Amino acid sequence: MKILSHPAAMLGIVLGFVLLGRVLPAWTLSLATVAASNSLIALGIVVLARTGNVSFGQGLFYAAGGYGVALIANSWGLTDAVAQVMIGAVCGGLLGLVIGPLISRYTGIFFGMLTLALSMVLYGALVKTTALGGSDGFNVGRPTLFGNVFTDPREADFMLYSVSVIATGLAGVAATVYFRSELGLMSLAVRANNLRVEYLGISANRIVAINFVIAAVFAGASGALSLMAQRHIDPQFAYWTTSGEFVFVAILAGYQSVAAVFVASLALELVRSFSNLYLPNTWQLVLGAFLLAVILFLPLGIGSLWTSTKRKGSEPDAPAPGATVTEPAE
Amino acid sequence: MHSLSAHRGRIALAVAATALTISTAPVSAQETFKLGIVTFLSGPAAESFGVPARNGATFTIDELNKGAVPAPHNKVGFGGMKIEPVIIDENGGATKQVQELRNLYQRDNVDAVLGYIGSGDCLAVSPIAEELKKLLVLMDCGTPRIFEEAKYNYVFRTASHATMDNVALIRYMKAKNIKMETFSAINQDYAWGQDSKADFVAAAGQIFPNAKLATDLLPKFGAGQYGTEISALVGAESDVVYSSLWGGDLQAFILQSAPRGLPKRSQLVFSAADHVLPALGDKMPDGTIIGARGAYGLMSRKSVLNDWFFPGFEKTIGTYPVQAAYRINQSILGLKNAIEKAMEKNGGKKPTTDEIIAAMTGSQWESPGGLIKMTLGDGHQATQPIGISRTKYNPEKKRVDLVDIQYFNAECVNPPPGIKSLDWIKGGMQGAKCE
Repeated sequence: MKILSHPAAMLGIVLGFVLLGRVLPAWTLSLATVAASNSLIALGIVVLARTGNVSFGQGLFYAAGGYGVALIANSWGLTDAVAQVMIGAVCGGLLGLVIGPLISRYTGIFFGMLTLALSMVLYGALVKTTALGGSDGFNVGRPTLFGNVFTDPREADFMLYSVSVIATGLAGVAATVYFRSELGLMSLAVRANNLRVEYLGISANRIVAINFVIAAVFAGASGALSLMAQRHIDPQFAYWTTSGEFVFVAILAGYQSVAAVFVASLALELVRSFSNLYLPNTWQLVLGAFLLAVILFLPLGIGSLWTSTKRKGSEPDAPAPGATVTEPAE
Repeated sequence: MHSLSAHRGRIALAVAATALTISTAPVSAQETFKLGIVTFLSGPAAESFGVPARNGATFTIDELNKGAVPAPHNKVGFGGMKIEPVIIDENGGATKQVQELRNLYQRDNVDAVLGYIGSGDCLAVSPIAEELKKLLVLMDCGTPRIFEEAKYNYVFRTASHATMDNVALIRYMKAKNIKMETFSAINQDYAWGQDSKADFVAAAGQIFPNAKLATDLLPKFGAGQYGTEISALVGAESDVVYSSLWGGDLQAFILQSAPRGLPKRSQLVFSAADHVLPALGDKMPDGTIIGARGAYGLMSRKSVLNDWFFPGFEKTIGTYPVQAAYRINQSILGLKNAIEKAMEKNGGKKPTTDEIIAAMTGSQWESPGGLIKMTLGDGHQATQPIGISRTKYNPEKKRVDLVDIQYFNAECVNPPPGIKSLDWIKGGMQGAKCE
């Protein structure tokens, strides 16, 4: 099984998943598309959480990616799905480059609150902008792929599914490689004790900023994927409950495994959808009970179901993920 | 190790997905029509619109399935097919609604989806239904943008958009000689509030050309506290105070403004306030001019259908029906009308989506709120008559009565086909035919 940890093998798994999409029923396909896009942004939060900081405002980059793609699509007619993901990632990344260096000076609750505040500033501005449809948002056209237009609903769904799974899969592979790199491991050291990291001659702020930009790139790409899946964008993309939902996915997944993020995201979508169908009046209660159960019985997240205990040993001084949010900076 | 976890996780996922597919395999019987219904069951719009709409839907469907509705809707269910409703919650934002709409069509195999109250939700779900080539009937929402900015074949809206509410208010005020040299506005800072105000101000500019907008307030949605806004409105001393507030926000505004004398200084004008009357009772200031987004509730006109709907609903549900209950009722009846027309053509078989669409385009039908006609958006957007009235508390019945009711026919307060609503108002409401 060791061979599966090679990036090439992981790419194979991603490809396998794309092929699986040929046999999945249509509704599962669109649900998995949304789950893949959500797990991409949650993966960004996990990347950031490894430095001990949680962003409650990823909606900022999610909306930046979505609106960026939507406006370009509507004004220049650029509808290619792959190009749209790239544009989303660039929009999110550029904004991350501006905000990251500023915000990396803060830690813990101050960090979280600042990200939240910035995303709500964007939300407020978007609601006031009637040219962009205000709170109702606006629609964009169907995405294409390499010049192909998909009129058959099943093919269109499969195309979006493939793009989402491949984008998220590539991000997952990249994140795994990054987690094992010097910089990735240093992120864990920043979380454990950022002062000691500084004594090693490395800027802890710079590491936080790098992880922040990575999270922003993922969030922007995720915004583009969401936009393609729903063909509509509104300021809700930047609202704090949207950001909160992605933090939930990250908490559900835990920080130990990249695959756990995808599983957590899919589980959340399934529970939400079925509880809404069978218990339309109390679906929020079911969702809450599910989250509570995972937190109570799997405090290290869904990923702890299959990551072995010896793995924990390989990360000295790693505190529980719950502690990362409020851990004070020393 | 990450890939190991990835591997196992994905197997588990695949198994889970397969298991779920099997457990939800469609069970289709020939004799039913499966109707997905989407309305707010939780969140701020649930009490005012969502739950009355849900009640309106269950009441109407029960009666239709019993065959208890008067002619021309007296056939059981839809043309003899029993209606099987699947009700889901609209709360949770447009992203969730798009996903749930797909689930309704693709997983639950509903024949049509009917509902949606939020304008953002309506805008978001329409292109998805179009793409999946499935029938979608929008029953409410305010925004005129749905058919003014796009063309849809598979999407219908069975009620007028919000332009009618504000044009009718202005026409009513003109007809009743309300003095309006200055007016103020308070609306929620989101699309409904912004659009309603724009329509009202534009219509006022046409019919009351000398009226000046004194104070224009846009508190945020769900603010609940209007102390400073009321101070500004009281201080402005304008002749008229206009608002499109609804639900809890409207109740809070009325309860807070009455003790400070705002209703005595200014004529209050509310575009969609009938749904708060049962809750407010004698707290509603007398003489307030209100609309109900149609000839609905206490403003409904006597007809065979209304004599079935109003008392029947009141008896079954416990309160009298307000706008949302009427709107979903007229929507279900409109769909029924189209399905039965399609069945007449195809010899009584269960009609296909395309057959229903052909029958529904440009159709018209009788409802408890009057005659509904699909005149706009190439026969996909309805127009309807509307009533405007004043409130008067009735201490004997312990409820707010509506007096001084004036009705406007659809052609008087809705734009003609082919012109955007706001352009029509600003251009002097050309082509309006008022009785």
